[in-house]
Amino acid sequence: MSVERDVMEYDVVVVGAGPSGLSTACRLKQLAEAAGKELSVCVVEKGSEVGAHILSGAVFEPRALNELFPDWKERGAPLNVPVSGDDIYFFRSETAAFKMPHLFVPKTMHNDGNYIISLANLCRWLGQQAEGMGVEIYPGFAAQTAIIEDGVVKGITVGDMGVNREGEHKPDFTPGMELRAKYTVFAEGCRGHIGKQLIAQYALAQDADPQHYAIGIKEIWTVPESQHKPGLVVHGAGWPLDLTGTSALGGSFLYHFENNQVLVGLIVDLSYTNPHLSPFDEFQRFKHHPVIKQYLDGGTRTSYGARAICKGGFNSLPKSVFPGGMLVGCDLGTMNFAKIKGNHTAMKSGMLAAEAIAEALLAGGEGGDTLDSYPAKFKASWLYDELYRSRNFGPLLHKFGALVGGALNYIEQNWFGGKFPFTVHDLKPDHATLKLASASSKITYPKPDGKLSFDKLSSVFLSSTNHEEDQPVHLTLKDADIPIAKNLPMYDEPAQRYCPAGVYEVVDEGSGPRFQINAQNCVHCKTCDIKDPAQNINWVAPEGGGGPNYANM
Amino acid sequence: MKALVSVKRVVDYNVRIQVKSDGSGVVTDGVKHSMNPFDEIAMEEAVRLKEKGKVTEIVAVTIGGAKNEETLRTALAFGADRAIHVKEEGEVQPLTAAKAFAAVLKKEEAKLFLAGKQAIDDDANQTGQMVAALLDIAQATFASKVEIDGDKATVTREIDAGLETLEVDLPAVITTDLRLNEPRYLKLPDIMKAKKKPIEAVSFADLGVTPAAGLKTTKTVPPPARSKGIMVKTTDELVEALKSKGLL
Repeated sequence: MSVERDVMEYDVVVVGAGPSGLSTACRLKQLAEAAGKELSVCVVEKGSEVGAHILSGAVFEPRALNELFPDWKERGAPLNVPVSGDDIYFFRSETAAFKMPHLFVPKTMHNDGNYIISLANLCRWLGQQAEGMGVEIYPGFAAQTAIIEDGVVKGITVGDMGVNREGEHKPDFTPGMELRAKYTVFAEGCRGHIGKQLIAQYALAQDADPQHYAIGIKEIWTVPESQHKPGLVVHGAGWPLDLTGTSALGGSFLYHFENNQVLVGLIVDLSYTNPHLSPFDEFQRFKHHPVIKQYLDGGTRTSYGARAICKGGFNSLPKSVFPGGMLVGCDLGTMNFAKIKGNHTAMKSGMLAAEAIAEALLAGGEGGDTLDSYPAKFKASWLYDELYRSRNFGPLLHKFGALVGGALNYIEQNWFGGKFPFTVHDLKPDHATLKLASASSKITYPKPDGKLSFDKLSSVFLSSTNHEEDQPVHLTLKDADIPIAKNLPMYDEPAQRYCPAGVYEVVDEGSGPRFQINAQNCVHCKTCDIKDPAQNINWVAPEGGGGPNYANM
Repeated sequence: MKALVSVKRVVDYNVRIQVKSDGSGVVTDGVKHSMNPFDEIAMEEAVRLKEKGKVTEIVAVTIGGAKNEETLRTALAFGADRAIHVKEEGEVQPLTAAKAFAAVLKKEEAKLFLAGKQAIDDDANQTGQMVAALLDIAQATFASKVEIDGDKATVTREIDAGLETLEVDLPAVITTDLRLNEPRYLKLPDIMKAKKKPIEAVSFADLGVTPAAGLKTTKTVPPPARSKGIMVKTTDELVEALKSKGLL
């Protein structure tokens, strides 16, 4: 169906108002102002407001922010809780834990000088700074496709509004605009749906290792004051995931934030092998461990959310530029997994992209070219150095497990300064790691007690997720038969368990199993797009404004 | 004919409301806010009346702090021609709001005051009625259909017994119910244009309004948690269970 679309032209269009996209926008305006020139910058964001789709731990390293806004304190950036202590636990069982002596903590895990923050609130603040400099930010508008003409990215098309479930126009149908730009910056976060297409179309990842992912599930708790230790950071490895094995890796976090709030979460590597594993249920039972329970007991859970993260790091970085555009932040994959931090690196990548774009445009460039100065700046920056030093962490864990891999990482980080004279690769993509259901042991998860642990639906309720009901399902299947014909017999359809929001169900009303997609529940974590063994689920953006409404995740 | 539409900034309807631990109110910091949905319906109706040629100018008005500018920008993107921001950082009670709206209505010499029937935060459902009383003009509340013909408005209202149709002389206050219309999607170009439309800032003092504090909130508590249900096997058991709870 062809429709007439309004067109707006900008110098730069940024897709996604997260830390990388907003840093790109702010830096562009700063550089234009310093040169006494104008650059028009537009940011589109699929969340209903800036911050609504932002979820992160988060312990924040202020290095990039110090460069972007040296006066962030005076400007009121929400960095209010300095890290006051770092605990690392190896969880040996559901009751036992071993606290690591500080001496043996890898340098990448030291958090002196860092802050416990709400990334959503930091993004809201960055959005205000950007708007104050004249950036146009449009939340509630989802970029749906890249406009590609003669092999050059010319901007993006915003998703249509008012289309019904069957794909027909409703009376209030409103066609999405074309936002055209000299350069388009994709800052969609991990597994961005346009970024994914661009990586394929321009073969950006052909020289890189496969990207590796994890799903992070997070809750915010308000706890009794006596259990609250502002600034305390607690990281853990092991139970309920593997400590010495390699079939289910990941780690946990628990941060004591402001106002008696505790942020708790579990990160499960999507390289797990048992299709019966449910990251959500692992997280729920994890909270019953005495180390965690001591902080949460008697408290109230106020928020819930989940998001996939890119953890492949250095070895998995695709090429970042293509004609007319570039990838930044987690759309590119700049997280430093050894530090389990990606916010400062995302910001820095956005700033470097902005510097390359500003140089080209302020010198009179017309855009549309492949801006190689961005990867060049990347390579010359601390970002490259940092990611290079951490390149072996993920592969070491995947090969040797949390304990031995972690020990090797300690040796590399603390004795070799992150520079082992060799690189460890991990070439198996996460969707290919599942064993057959018949060859895997079933996992029986304890029933939620309604105090520390909860079921999926009451959890999704706390994410304030909402989608217009009558719209096309945004979790698209390339082949509608695969879930029941292949995934069910082979893997007991793992989507039922890896989805943290109860989107996927296999229901049987007497006439045989049927695959049901409850798209309204989707919290936009992208795990299904990553982990489906048949790579059959394609996540596309729903109507703008839909999805979770996170407050301070 | 000029129409004045009041728009209130409230916690978004998708947000799960949380009560502050000290019971002094609900958590609003860092929580998504948006235009009161009933006011969106009022805004939409004004725009439709303008599209039909019944209204010539739409003025949006809000009362509140600096962040209310967002709400006015939304109104401007809907199609308001200009906006008035009555600046007030503190709590605004229905009577105060009504006095301010009445003053603006008088000053603007608007013939029509459109407002949501209530705001989804305090559910007071008083402001529109009070505006009518203060100015001694007609009111038609809970409108599910509005037609303007010359100096008269015909308003259909949803009442318990069905539909009631009223004819009121203008100027009048009309408050809007859920089924009056379905607000349109805002278009990106309209949002862009809205950024450039004028917003006039005024204070209560400018309007000659003294904030009234007739109401005092003593305590805010969350609703009690739902207790576990029981399964009954027969209707007799059900009747028994209802009786024992005093429900029958």
